[in-house]
Amino acid sequence: MPTVMLRMNEAGQLTFYVPKKDLEETVVSMEKEGSDGWGGEVTLSDGSLFYLDPLPEAPKLPITLRARRGGGA
Amino acid sequence: MTVMTREETEALIQEVLEIYPEKAKVDRAAHLALNDHEAEQAKKCITSNKKSLPGMMTIRGCAYAGSKGVVWGPIKDMIHISHGPVGCGQYSRAGRRNYYIGTTGVNTFVTMNFTSDFQEKDIVFGGDKKLDTMIDEIEKLFPLNKGITIQSECPIGLIGDDIEAVAKKKNKETGKTVVPVRCEGFRGVSQSLGHHIANDAVRDWALDARDDDDSFATTPYDVAIIGDYNIGGDAWSSRILLEEMGLRVVAQWSGDGSIAEIELTPKVKLNLVHCYRSMNYISRHMEEKYDIPWIEYNFFGPTKTAESMRKIASHFDESIQAKCEEVIAKYRTEWEQVIAKYRPRLEGKRVMLYVGGLRPRHVIGAYEDLGMDVVGTGYEFGHNDDYDRTIKEMGNATLLYDDVTGYEFEEFVKKVKPDLIGSGIKEKYIFQKMGVPFRQMHSWDYSGPYHGFDGFAIFARDMDMTLNNPCWAKLKAPWLKDESAEEALAASA
Ligand code: SF4
Repeated sequence: MPTVMLRMNEAGQLTFYVPKKDLEETVVSMEKEGSDGWGGEVTLSDGSLFYLDPLPEAPKLPITLRARRGGGA
Repeated sequence: MTVMTREETEALIQEVLEIYPEKAKVDRAAHLALNDHEAEQAKKCITSNKKSLPGMMTIRGCAYAGSKGVVWGPIKDMIHISHGPVGCGQYSRAGRRNYYIGTTGVNTFVTMNFTSDFQEKDIVFGGDKKLDTMIDEIEKLFPLNKGITIQSECPIGLIGDDIEAVAKKKNKETGKTVVPVRCEGFRGVSQSLGHHIANDAVRDWALDARDDDDSFATTPYDVAIIGDYNIGGDAWSSRILLEEMGLRVVAQWSGDGSIAEIELTPKVKLNLVHCYRSMNYISRHMEEKYDIPWIEYNFFGPTKTAESMRKIASHFDESIQAKCEEVIAKYRTEWEQVIAKYRPRLEGKRVMLYVGGLRPRHVIGAYEDLGMDVVGTGYEFGHNDDYDRTIKEMGNATLLYDDVTGYEFEEFVKKVKPDLIGSGIKEKYIFQKMGVPFRQMHSWDYSGPYHGFDGFAIFARDMDMTLNNPCWAKLKAPWLKDESAEEALAASA
C-alpha cells in the first residue's frame, strides 16, 4: 500500500505522486469523480492502475492517501 | 566532429559499453541513452536513482553530504554538528561556497566545522554523552547561535545512538531549536536521500514553530526562494529581480538563510522552487499542509530568466505583471550587450555537462543564449522526474548519461570532442589534462553568481575566459603546433 500524494500540476491536471517510487504521472481516468464520490480505480498516463478507497466527495488538494496497486500493474 | 546522428550516438554508447562484463553491461546500458523527443516518459529510455555498481568509479556523494552539505549547512545562524568522526565534516568544509552575511564565529557559522570527533571509546560506549557535553560547550562559546542540528555520520546509525533523545533534552534546557538528522552516509544510493531526510527533519523539527503565532505582518506579495544555495551569491542576484518586481522575499532556503526565515515560510503566498531535486519534498508538504502553491523556475540565462519572471508574475495581480515587464525591459540592453560581446566568440561551441540536482537541465538555456549547444548531459543523483523534465530541454539524439562512471565520461568526451565540459572538481583535472576546457559547475569555479541577469554577464565572461584561454594552444609541443588556428583566435579577440 504505497502512500501517494494527489495534486493539480501547473497545467491543471490531476497528478499522482508516489515519493518512494519516484513516480509522478498524470491521472487519465478515475472511476468516481462526481456526485457518487471520489476515488476508486485510477489509471495513470503510464498505464499503471491503482485503487483509492472512495471518499464521499472530492477532497481539497493536495492530499496524501494510501493507495492499493490495482489491475495487472 | 559536428552534430552526431542518432546512429552515431547509439553506436557510441554500444562501443563504450563493450568493455564491461556481461552483468555490468546490462546494468549500465539502462543508464545511458540518447535523447528522444518522442519519448513521453523518461523511464522508458533511462534508468536513474539506482545503486551504483561496486567497482565503477561513481562521482556521487553520500546522504550526509546531501543533508549537511546541501540542505542544512547553509542555514547561517545555526550550528551544524558533524556528529561522528572528524573527516566527513573537515574534508567538505566550506567547499560549496554558500555566501552569507554575518560575522563568522559570532552570529553566523557556515564555513566553520563543528564535529564531535568520535574516538574508539565513543564507538564502544556510545556518543550521546559527548554530544550532550558538546552542545553545552557550544552554548558557552557561541551564545548567539539560534539553534543546532545534529548531522549523523555513518557510525551513529551503526552503533544505535539515540540522538533524538539528546535533541529533546537539549531543546528543553536551552529553549533553542535542536534538530537531530538521521542522514548517515550509508542510507540510500546517493546524496539525494540525504536531501529527502533533511527536508523531513525540517518538517518535523522546525517548520511548524510559528504555526500559532500571527504576529508576523504578511503582505499579498510574500514569496520564498526554495532550493537556492547562494553559491557565489546566486540567491542574491535572483532576489533583487524578485524584489524589483514588487515581491517580498520572506525566506531564502537555504543559502544565506536563517532559522527565523524557515519558520516564517509557512506564511508566504507562493513558494518558488529553483532546485527541484533537493527541496520538492518540503514544497509538497507546505502545499498540502499550508495551502501554499509552488512553482519551478529557472534563472539561468536571459531567455529562461525572463520566461520564469513572467511565469512567477502570472501568479500575482496586474501591478506585479506590469512591474515584471518593466524590470525585463530595464535589463534588456544590458544582457543584449553581453550577448553581442560574447556570442561571436562562443557561437557553435559544443558543451557536455555532468552535474547534480538542477543544472544538467537548467543551464542549457544559458548556453543557448550564447549560441552554444549542449550535446550531452547527465545527473549524479537525478531521479526519474528530473529526466522527465530534461528530455524537453535537450536536443534530439543528444547523449544522456545517469550516474556516469569515470571511464564512460572519458570515453564519451574522447569521441564527442566537446569544446567545453561543465562538471565537478573530481572530473576537472582529468579533462584539463586531456586538453579540454573545463568549468566547475558545482561551485562555479570560485566565480559566480550565475543566476539572473547580473549573473548571466559573469557566466558569459567565464565561459569565454575558459574556452578561449590561450593556454589550450600551449598544450602541444611547439614543433607540433598548428599556428594558423592560434592566429585566427587572436584576431577575433
Ligand atoms: S559515507 Fe559516511 S563516513 Fe563517508 S562521508 Fe558520508 S557520512 Fe562520512
